[in-house]
Amino acid sequence: METTSDRLLWMYRTMVEIREYEETMAKVYLEGKLPPKIQKGLAFDIGAGPVPGEMHLAAGQEPVAVGVCAHLRDEDSVVGAHRPHHFAIAKGVPLNEMTAEMFGKVTGLGRGKGGHMHLFDPAHKFSCSGIVGAGAPQACGAALAAKKLGKDWVAIAFFGEGAANQGSFHEALNLAALWKLPVVFVCEDNKYGISVEKGDSTAIASNADRAAGYGMPGVLVDKNDALAVFEAAGVSIDRARRGEGPTLIEVKTDRYYGHFQGDPETYRPKGEVKALREHDPIPALGAVLREQGLLDDARDAELREAIRSKVQAAFDFARHSPYPDVAEAHRHVFVD
Amino acid sequence: MTTQQKTRTLTMAQAISEAIGQEMERDERVFVMGEDVGKYGGIFSATTGLYERFGKERIMDTPISETAFMGAAIGAAAEGLRPIAELMFVDFFGVCFDQIYNHLAKNTYMAGGNIKLPAVVMTGIGGGYNDAAQHSQCLYASFAHMPGMKVVVPSNAYDAKGLMIQAIRDDNPVVYCYHKGIMGLSWMSYFEGSTNEVPEEAYAIPFGKARVVREGSDVTIVTLSQMVQKAVLAADTLAEEGISAEIIDLRTIVPLDTETVLASVAKTGRLLVADEDYLHFGLSGEIAALVAEHLDTIRLKAPVRRLAVDAVPIPFSRPLEQHVIPQVDGIVAAVKAQLATPIGL
Ligand SMILES: Cc1ncc(C[n+]2csc(CCOP(=O)(O)OP(=O)(O)O)c2C)c(N)n1
Ligand SMILES: [Mg+2]
Repeated sequence: METTSDRLLWMYRTMVEIREYEETMAKVYLEGKLPPKIQKGLAFDIGAGPVPGEMHLAAGQEPVAVGVCAHLRDEDSVVGAHRPHHFAIAKGVPLNEMTAEMFGKVTGLGRGKGGHMHLFDPAHKFSCSGIVGAGAPQACGAALAAKKLGKDWVAIAFFGEGAANQGSFHEALNLAALWKLPVVFVCEDNKYGISVEKGDSTAIASNADRAAGYGMPGVLVDKNDALAVFEAAGVSIDRARRGEGPTLIEVKTDRYYGHFQGDPETYRPKGEVKALREHDPIPALGAVLREQGLLDDARDAELREAIRSKVQAAFDFARHSPYPDVAEAHRHVFVD
Repeated sequence: MTTQQKTRTLTMAQAISEAIGQEMERDERVFVMGEDVGKYGGIFSATTGLYERFGKERIMDTPISETAFMGAAIGAAAEGLRPIAELMFVDFFGVCFDQIYNHLAKNTYMAGGNIKLPAVVMTGIGGGYNDAAQHSQCLYASFAHMPGMKVVVPSNAYDAKGLMIQAIRDDNPVVYCYHKGIMGLSWMSYFEGSTNEVPEEAYAIPFGKARVVREGSDVTIVTLSQMVQKAVLAADTLAEEGISAEIIDLRTIVPLDTETVLASVAKTGRLLVADEDYLHFGLSGEIAALVAEHLDTIRLKAPVRRLAVDAVPIPFSRPLEQHVIPQVDGIVAAVKAQLATPIGL
């Protein structure tokens, strides 16, 4: 990614890829989970089908992932949370192995033992966790390592606005500022922590304001827009790379699906998602690209087609991969 | 249960929320705190309908700040209130365990009995639906390992209600563990034996009284929580082959009903512990040790056997998960192996 136009195109393509991935997963996830295939009396069975377990999708939140990751190099670390696909894709985690992991297949990133909230790809310096608030301290550690090793690498911690009420988040901010670590904390404010609205969980409107209390810059990106995120992240990441310390960014973003697939969403006002989708950030960036002559209908159709087949290939790979042998369950509690 | 009582069939989730609601009506000091316990009604429906009835002052959605609300439960209990704090998944205790084991569990003792902490920590446990290593553990033995907490682990709706009422009325900290796979949720397959007849009125089941789920003569299966339902299915299969299994549902592990366990093993001469928590240094070892300490009065006909999760985190992949968590056929096979393995020497 050399020129700005390369980066813009990369952001657009990656957002399209994330959306395609999440929409495909939303469909595949439902396979085998609905009547009449499941226990009588149930409406849905979370443990059934080719992709069992919880599923947190990030459609709508693409700008956060691409706006930040557009500035990253292979050596930079990303730590995500329980809703990790958009970050993983933007960091370059291969779709085949990532998808196979969610199918529980031996070809997956963790040989099927981690699952969708626990994607580990050391080759692309990506990890995540199902424990809300766990990521920020670990990103501090990656940043500390970069510093000790004398590298200009940075670490990014991505997490939700709900996670910003965990003690671990506050401890990490202090540590990062105290030690001037090359880390950028990126909070996705998608308005909800499961069913609880931000106003019912957080005493102040913007987490960016909390940064001052820890002695670091706080930046609020108040629209779900890839370019706005790109700009804010660029300043913060450059600053971190120069050794000037951490930044906290909060981005107002939108969650198009339920908290997890199967969420009845009774807490959500009717029509909310429909209204949010009217401000879809993907066509918005597409329009900017078109204005700059970087995109037209033919090119858009072509790249969308390529992405569709890439995503399809990943799901095919996952489906056709074998499950691990049960002996695999007993391996890797410790390194071999 | 007398015959005049009105009962209906309830799921375990309904029984728990009914118990909490009845106690909240009886005692205005009782209130609930936790993530998504309000409008959502609890992710596992343990508080369904309560927000609508009691409002947000008594059914309190918290920030995702387990240390803060767990600590707040301690402070409020010390002031005479009776909080129920829901820890959505037991796996999250790592975030707030200091409040639980260094304070909730110890303050009464360190205060020489001068402080009462009548708090209930209610939490979802267990796997079987592929929620992987950070959302599938049982961990009840970890609480039981440390002094100062009563630990309740119901297997069915009737017990769930009576034990919850007892937990709320108890003047001590109680950790109340409901297995997600017996709550009777509409979105997770469950063992139907957990949905049963529950009286409408409030009743308390005393702690430390195990239930003999089924009498038998060849082997004693000591178990708890969802595993009780698996043991019942296993015993059905064994019965078809002429093997008679006695099933003991512990219901609470602190206090532990040693008498019922010992009497049963003395009768059958064989002990199988079926547990979904980790094997090492845990509940199954505790029960085995209990029996070993009483071999002066118990004559074993076969070595003790333990089924539990053997030293691995819960893997995500379905075949692996089903392999590490003891299943019905594993219980059947273990009992048969025991019958085929007499005490040596
Ligand atoms: C320590 C911990 N507490 C609670 C949960 C349950 N939980 C999973 S996601 C979630 C909401 C997270 O909200 P937010 O941080 O805003 O992220 P979002 O889901 O909106 O992306 C909760 C409460 C958890 N996984 N870990
Ligand atoms: Mg959120």
